[in-house]
Amino acid sequence: MHELAVTQGILDLVLDAARREGGGRVTAIDLVVGELASIVDDSVQFYWDLIAEDTPAAGARLRFRRVPLQFECRSCRALFERKGDVFACPACGHDGVRVAAGDELRVESFDLEDDVPREP
Amino acid sequence: MNRRVAVVEKITKANDRLAEVNRALLARHKLASLNLMSSPGAGKTTLVERTVAGLAGKYRLGVVEGDLVTSLDAERAAAAGAESVQINTGGSCHLDAGMVGDALGQLPLADLDLLIVENVGNLICPATFDLGTDHKVVVASVPEGDDKPFKYPTMYRGVDVLIINKIDLLPYVTFDMDRFRSGVAALNENVTVLPMSCRTGEGLDAWLNWLGDQVVRTRARR
Repeated sequence: MHELAVTQGILDLVLDAARREGGGRVTAIDLVVGELASIVDDSVQFYWDLIAEDTPAAGARLRFRRVPLQFECRSCRALFERKGDVFACPACGHDGVRVAAGDELRVESFDLEDDVPREP
Repeated sequence: MNRRVAVVEKITKANDRLAEVNRALLARHKLASLNLMSSPGAGKTTLVERTVAGLAGKYRLGVVEGDLVTSLDAERAAAAGAESVQINTGGSCHLDAGMVGDALGQLPLADLDLLIVENVGNLICPATFDLGTDHKVVVASVPEGDDKPFKYPTMYRGVDVLIINKIDLLPYVTFDMDRFRSGVAALNENVTVLPMSCRTGEGLDAWLNWLGDQVVRTRARR
């Protein structure tokens, strides 16, 4: 639901980093998005096509790596995935968890095409 | 030439930076602050009204009201006696740190003891955006159902205080309090849970006492 703000965040961050690298055209972006971030890929791409227009990142391909929610039992440290409406640990039955994975929301890298060939 | 550039930065970086600016400003004024979140209709604004009335004469409150379009909530907070600022998000489903920063500029921070930021009614998006407040408070309400911690783990795992509102309706709705509380406790071992009815006033004192503790603690901070 908050994809517009997230998409704007991606764009600002990538354009900033591209400038620091000396500029050029951004052709692809690698994103890591956890299940808890509640982000719909298609919606981000939709906004991207609108707001990245007329920037050096126009038309960039967004590559999503989705990370499923993974809990760690606070008692026995077992890692497990949630089963429906139950948070209890399948190994020891303890009812207390920590989120081990699934809350990621970051840009990992992007592909930059230099405008002009670099001086040899 | 095409090359890959590694960055590894949080997408919410810009927001997080503005949240730190807000946090520093609030700390400078030794102003206790909370981000009040819930689904629409859980009773945030009524809680704000009761809180302002309950602390009147003791503490001075500032209220930042986030809403999609209307200023109804800010008017209610002002009528109850708080300094209030309305933020209309114009359709955005959450407040961000930049919006709150602008609102802080319109409040007499030096004259206040407690700041309440009432977020847009939504259990998903506000969880992602830090506003720079000290505490996150979620208002759940009994008619919403006892499955909500299982459906919205992001919201419940990061919360400092959970108010379970409308407990006067418990006889009329299907709500298993133990199931709800066990879901929250599984995600969050440090949460303070306060059952309450803003309508009857039951449980309100515990909340006002908790707020008073935060005001005192924040003032004592160096």
